[in-house]
Amino acid sequence: MFKILQKTLKTGVVTSDYPRAAARVSEHFRGRPVFDFERWRDARPAAEVCPTGAITLLDRDATRQVTVDYGLCVFCGQCADGAVRITREFELATKHRDDLVFVAEYHLKPDGTHQKFISSSTGQERAVAASGAQLGRKIHQILGRSLAIREVDAGSCNGCELEIVALNNPVHDIERFGIHFVASPRHADMLLVTGPVTRNMELALRKTYAATPDPKVVVAVGACGISGGIFGINYATRGGVDQVIPVDVYIPGCPPRPEALLHGIMLAVDRLAPVRRTK
Amino acid sequence: MTDLVAALQREFGDRLRSLPSSADDQLYLELNPEDISAVIQQLGTRHGARLVAVFAEDCVAAVRVFYNYYVFDRPGDPTYLILRVPIPADQARFPSLAAEMPAVNWQEREIQDWFGIQATGHPNPRRVALHDHWPEVHPLRKDFRLDQVLPAFHGEQHEYRPTLGEGVFQVPVGPVHAGTIEPGHFNFAVAGEPILYLQLRMFYTHKGTEKLFEHLPVHRAVFLAESISGDSSFSHGAAFCQAIEKAAELEVPLRARILRTILLELERIYNHVADIGAIATDVGFVVANAQAGVLREKIVALNEDLTGSRLLRAFVCVGGVRKDWVPSQFEAVRGTIDIVERDFAELVDLIKSSDSTRDRLEHTGYLHPEKARALGIVGVAGRASGIDLDVRRDHPYAAYEFLEFHVPVYDAGDVLHRMQVRIDEVGVSANMIRSALAHLPEGPHRVAVPTIPAGRCALSSVEGWRGEIIHWVRTGPDNRLERCKIKDPSVNNWPALVEAVQGNIIADFPVINKSFNLSYSGTDR
Repeated sequence: MFKILQKTLKTGVVTSDYPRAAARVSEHFRGRPVFDFERWRDARPAAEVCPTGAITLLDRDATRQVTVDYGLCVFCGQCADGAVRITREFELATKHRDDLVFVAEYHLKPDGTHQKFISSSTGQERAVAASGAQLGRKIHQILGRSLAIREVDAGSCNGCELEIVALNNPVHDIERFGIHFVASPRHADMLLVTGPVTRNMELALRKTYAATPDPKVVVAVGACGISGGIFGINYATRGGVDQVIPVDVYIPGCPPRPEALLHGIMLAVDRLAPVRRTK
Repeated sequence: MTDLVAALQREFGDRLRSLPSSADDQLYLELNPEDISAVIQQLGTRHGARLVAVFAEDCVAAVRVFYNYYVFDRPGDPTYLILRVPIPADQARFPSLAAEMPAVNWQEREIQDWFGIQATGHPNPRRVALHDHWPEVHPLRKDFRLDQVLPAFHGEQHEYRPTLGEGVFQVPVGPVHAGTIEPGHFNFAVAGEPILYLQLRMFYTHKGTEKLFEHLPVHRAVFLAESISGDSSFSHGAAFCQAIEKAAELEVPLRARILRTILLELERIYNHVADIGAIATDVGFVVANAQAGVLREKIVALNEDLTGSRLLRAFVCVGGVRKDWVPSQFEAVRGTIDIVERDFAELVDLIKSSDSTRDRLEHTGYLHPEKARALGIVGVAGRASGIDLDVRRDHPYAAYEFLEFHVPVYDAGDVLHRMQVRIDEVGVSANMIRSALAHLPEGPHRVAVPTIPAGRCALSSVEGWRGEIIHWVRTGPDNRLERCKIKDPSVNNWPALVEAVQGNIIADFPVINKSFNLSYSGTDR
């Protein structure tokens, strides 16, 4: 007993200040690749090395449409070149799948490089669809500052689970926000779902969703949870979580670091404070 | 191994045919299905060889046969012996070994499910790798398309074996569990508190991984290998790269091999620390888990500093590692290892100071060494039950041939000793990392990947933190693969859980399960 007290006192407070202060992130951390579409001379090398097809090209006549989908990105950093910069940004969660998709168009030279930038669009920059926002507010009103999460692994490699478990350690300590993980969907306000949703987990996921009382929010975690990731859709997988149940928030990453998960969870219940930047 | 091959050939004559091998640590022999039992019997009983893996390949389009492969090793010999058995497409069956060798039970059924080759005489030939509601398909056959759409899912039809008797009842658990863990179904038969019998149902996270490997160019497939089991991404990634490097006869620079070694050991340390904390928490010692959680964060922060990823992703590549480290990164390794070792000693001290913890762990979840041997248990769970196997020593890869290290082995076989193996290994790993750093030569950290010749076979093994990881590839044209077989140690070790829980109370199941901490995704693929 004395040993426990001694060790506890010696350890002191280890909990991260995030989100009040910037997260402690290594200078070598690979976060969001940022694309300077106007200066990009050739998208082909990046598309070639991208392991999950997050960067795709559609060449038609002398034009090229480049699609960048952060919902497929595993943040490997291989696409880095003069116009693609790997940053340390990780707060990438969005309420709409489309908001993770960026499209740029180019006129091409005969050798296939870009001659002239035509346009780019930051996904479908729509007004926040009513349902999600209302749901968030409603949850916030009903539950105040408390939130109960049921985690569902619908087919993940277990990488996302490791980071979700890390939310409960003393460093990330998600309970300081009144957020706790519960053992049953019957006790949950939120389903935090990792994927890809396998054929063998589809029914279990549907049943878990049905067992969760309304109002409820669903958060899809990681590249596989958002889109199926590197597994995509095949004979054994259905792809992203939203192929099976409605999703309110998408958290990119492979896996998303604990702070990115926290950011996405807060976004889902409209509890995000004014934006801070990674130091 | 050559002496063993000679002895076998003396006995079986021209029924055993030598095949060329592109890797010098692998010998291939071909034999016919009718000789499987006799040859394997000889290998096991007379020559002390261990069956490492059994798997199949579809070569029907080219040569009208499936091949079954049986991989063996034996103590003190770094070479693998691989038996190849052609199975005619029009007589797709092979004699099952499962009755005598329970270790191949699931692996043979996997071949049945995925290839439609019947394991004749299998004591329990029911489906394992495809669930009961699946139609009659065999996804790893070449004529089955990766994106084939299967008819809609119609719910559960699996029947568990009945458990009869007065006061005996069944407790179904899963696939969605109470904790944040992977999905699987446990069906307990209990009489009061004690567990009489446990039936497992896995493959809920089957994602078509082995099939998908056949559709990706090698440089992309590395990322798929990293997604086989998220807590072993570096080990699986490295095992895959090694297989490709062997097939391509690509010499990996020593500097890269040493950097890989450091990261492989960091993966072991962060998982062992987390497991020790989780074992403590499952017997109510939450403070120890909190301390382990803090320590684990220090290690994964180092991982991020070294590789850009807390879980060591996207750093290993075919031909080496993606980036060399700058001096501050080497400093970070040295500094963190010292801190980890100091904090870890305090954590162990804390856990050992608690008599009630010891009381819950000792004799709990006992796995008898003989059962462990029969089931082919590997890794941490094996070493806690007297199975002296460690790929790092037995089949050295990366830079392990230059490192001297102790492999902890105990006979006690309980949760306490599965934890003790981890405690010992954290110390061993910390020393390995220091030693690796001290011997780091200058030189390149990667070499370019050449065009890989088609039709090459290569087997690679890695001692992941959980145990022996096997990757076997056969290359195709254009730096792609015709076949990639993955064997996570969990495939061997799940049946050990079934043995270890018998007679224990159901309340001890979580801690017993955690002491094995097997990968569902690695099993299901």
